[in-house]
Amino acid sequence: MSIYAVQFLIGLSDASVLFLTASGLSIIFGVSRIVNFSHGSFYMLGAYIGYSLIGDSDNPLIFWGGLFLAAVVTGLVGVLVEIVLLRRLYHVPELFQLIATFGVILVIQDLTFMIWGAEDLLGPRAPGLTGSIELLGALVPSYDIALIVLSPLVLVGIWLLFYKTRWGALVRAATEDREMVAALGVNQNLLFTGVFFLGCFLAGLGGAAQLPKGGANLLMDFGIIAEVFVVVVVGGMGSIWGAYIAAIIISELNAFGILFLPESSLVMMFLAMAVILIARPWGLFGKSESMEHKPPSEREDLTISGRKLPWNWGWLLLIAVLLVIPWFQIDFVMTLVIEMVLLSFFAATLHFIMGPGGMVSFGHALFFGGGSYAVALFVNYLQLPMSVLLIAGPAVTMVFALLVGWFCVRLSGVYFAMLTLAFAQLAWSVVFQWDSVTGGDDGIIGVWPTGPAEDKIVFYYLVITLTSLSLYVIRRVISSPFGFALRACRDSSLRSRAIGIDVRKIQWIAFTISGFMAGLAGSLYVYSKGSIFPTEMAIPRSFDALIMLLLGGVQSPVGPIIGGSVYTFLIDYITRFDYWRLLLGIMIMLLIVLFPRGISGIFSSGIIQRIKLLGQSE
Amino acid sequence: MRFKPLLTLFLIVSFAGPLFAADTIKIGDINSYKNLPAHTIPYRNGATLAIEKINASGGVLGKQLELISRDDQGKPAEAIKIAEDLFSREEVSLISGTLFSHIGIALGSYAAKNKKLYIAAEPLADALVWAKGNRYTFRLRPSTYMQAAMLAEEAAKKKDVKTWATIAPNYAYGKDAVSAFKNALKKLRPDVEFVGEQWPALFKINAGAETQALLQMKPQGIYNVTFGSDLAKFVREGTLRNLFKDRLVVGLLTGEPEYIDPLKDEAPEGWLVTGYPWYDIKDSTHQEFVASYRKKFNETPKIGSIVGYNTMMTIEALLKKAQSTDTEKMVEAMKGLDVNTPTGPVHYRAIDHQSTMGAYVGWTTVKNGTGIMVDWKYLDGKNYLPTDAEVRKLRPN
Repeated sequence: MSIYAVQFLIGLSDASVLFLTASGLSIIFGVSRIVNFSHGSFYMLGAYIGYSLIGDSDNPLIFWGGLFLAAVVTGLVGVLVEIVLLRRLYHVPELFQLIATFGVILVIQDLTFMIWGAEDLLGPRAPGLTGSIELLGALVPSYDIALIVLSPLVLVGIWLLFYKTRWGALVRAATEDREMVAALGVNQNLLFTGVFFLGCFLAGLGGAAQLPKGGANLLMDFGIIAEVFVVVVVGGMGSIWGAYIAAIIISELNAFGILFLPESSLVMMFLAMAVILIARPWGLFGKSESMEHKPPSEREDLTISGRKLPWNWGWLLLIAVLLVIPWFQIDFVMTLVIEMVLLSFFAATLHFIMGPGGMVSFGHALFFGGGSYAVALFVNYLQLPMSVLLIAGPAVTMVFALLVGWFCVRLSGVYFAMLTLAFAQLAWSVVFQWDSVTGGDDGIIGVWPTGPAEDKIVFYYLVITLTSLSLYVIRRVISSPFGFALRACRDSSLRSRAIGIDVRKIQWIAFTISGFMAGLAGSLYVYSKGSIFPTEMAIPRSFDALIMLLLGGVQSPVGPIIGGSVYTFLIDYITRFDYWRLLLGIMIMLLIVLFPRGISGIFSSGIIQRIKLLGQSE
Repeated sequence: MRFKPLLTLFLIVSFAGPLFAADTIKIGDINSYKNLPAHTIPYRNGATLAIEKINASGGVLGKQLELISRDDQGKPAEAIKIAEDLFSREEVSLISGTLFSHIGIALGSYAAKNKKLYIAAEPLADALVWAKGNRYTFRLRPSTYMQAAMLAEEAAKKKDVKTWATIAPNYAYGKDAVSAFKNALKKLRPDVEFVGEQWPALFKINAGAETQALLQMKPQGIYNVTFGSDLAKFVREGTLRNLFKDRLVVGLLTGEPEYIDPLKDEAPEGWLVTGYPWYDIKDSTHQEFVASYRKKFNETPKIGSIVGYNTMMTIEALLKKAQSTDTEKMVEAMKGLDVNTPTGPVHYRAIDHQSTMGAYVGWTTVKNGTGIMVDWKYLDGKNYLPTDAEVRKLRPN
């Protein structure tokens, strides 16, 4: 019996660090509605700063003081980010904020690397708590006990701050109704900056508090982010108590998973998240979204109408250029163009549900990677030819999309996004850990085109043809009555329902179409690379698509094409520099602040309008 | 219209590369410089040092060598794209590098398909030269199989250790490393028993719980494959919970400076490990290497440094033997190539393209606040490779 008790204690102490970090994220989201993907970076910063402040000191005062100070400094860095970047973004769609915080991740990564170097740092031990005590017949590190005590203290502290101070009352009021609080003359900026400070303070505290159990390294930020999101979503976004309970559930699941299912540790967590979200869409302690105040968002409608299909000469020129490229006979240019085209295609499938559909998916890589894996597995186990698999691959992802979509369309906004993320991560962890079938992270290699497409130029034309056709189909769907119904669902699900549109069904169909198309892009992609690895299904791949849309402009029909091409080209180019992450991060932030409508937005506001006017006057 | 500036830029950049072709021999170097800098930067430093030395002595074939380093972002697909770029735009003669096994395997498959030479420096996966081996891929570093066999041989000598538990990161490398060790040890000691396995997710170890689970199995010996931040956490929790007391612990790669240095005075003592005791190697060529490395980079060498250095020595020897940068000629020259390196002579086996570079096996201890290896010996890789008949079975035709 005692083994279970000891394992339970381990779970509790792990829960502590997780709770500290997750509560910060939950608070930030609850008040500002910002989905802060860079929260893991603040956790990492806390660890590094704590490491530098504490040093080798044996003085408990310096250790605990160092923890606190590290959290304060991290909070101040957070304030800087809030003032310089996020403050400008409270009124733009959530996606932009999300991508901006993605830029923050990249910048903090490289800055940390510059300041502290590459080597893993081993954290200092807590003076006076370096040993272990005997408990229930087993040795339990005394610092574990300290952590178990620390988190309820912090929990109570946060509760007192929110419920017993004037500042807390204002923050809660802002959570309920931001505009009303502003109307009453409260300085919102100050309030939000304060909340962001608190959130980052907690992340920093979490990072510093885990030092004696580990240390600081450059992989910490991505290491914790998925887990923290699981906790926040499971607990209910914005709920501190929820975060505490969820942190304990997830940590205990991990601790006992290690005893009983040592090989499927990753799968468990995401499975739990998906199950809880299906049963309780707003998490354990979250409030249903209908009760919440919807954030103002800028909705620009698509400019396509049924009659005016954009078959103008710009498109024809693009296709003509693409068709001419193989004549130059430069392998790499063809490879790069294929990649640009396929990733643009992938971005366009996401655009289909996001732009006209208003459904922001954080897990679209599930269908892209899913298509690739379906093809690779069929090739590996059944040696099927390419002609069959270009239908079979997308068909498999269509089935996935039917299943996943059925659950997801019940939700909207951030919760929709989180459930798609949960499913994508679930699929990723299965692919990653089921290595007897999928090859794990060694992936599947040797998936080359068969038949006439073995010739690179034929394959190139095949990619261009299939992609153009698919994009044309997507375009037709958007401008069909179905597309209009989809847009109606996006703009007002209540009114759509009132005029007899089955909102869920429409969204479900759109999601499935998108899944099928993304699967086709993925199927072609695996043939272009000859191999597939779990990274194509992981969070960064989903993010790539989001960044492409942002670059190109979310509500523009050409957005995904421009964004996909520019982004692929940009990444290819700047990865030659040593500090390319820093560069990319800064570029993303600048772009969001200066051109929130993306590249196509720049054009459509100025140049294109003028061209159109000229055309009309002739 | 709106695409024109973009395309112009694109075409200029695309075609500008070949115009500046100079009379150097270019070597394409691909590694995960951003994902695992602690392991890959020393590799690049070692390679740079070797290139400088080679060029200072007049280069090869009357030309200077030029190393073009690129970051693969830790993604195999990216690595393949970069390889294509290096061959078609930079006009490199061959590619080398990589640390991650899956990236190594991906590049191996690329090399085979496109008939280009790839010298895998660091990836450890056995499949690289066996199950997925091909004409165009060669590997320098001793593989998982070889290092596990070396450790098993030493561990087998401890007659009183009969029950074993293993802990390894839950991905291909960890699985390979565990099964190689199990097989090798079972062959030498049919009486040993493996009582349990733990599989923490890579870089997400829950060290307390894993330690407790291992304690529960009450093994006499523990085989550890965790590394990096996982290792630090595992060592700390294991020490606190007395996991290592009175047990034989065997650590794959644990003695490599990359992994043991960050542990400082908390480095585990009395573990049997493979590693790189650069501080203790008396050979004069090696001491010269260490001195010039420390002088140039102001840091101590890591295993990556010597692997990077040896890789470039290999390329120098290869070019001298082939007298050409033609891929087919280079491939033929690689078969049975002999190279003299600071760690001793290395031979590239014609049968499976694996080099015989060995590994240092010894016991860990803490001295002056750092973990070091003592009672170590250099085991030549040629004694830890399967027989030709076995290799023929392992390799596709």
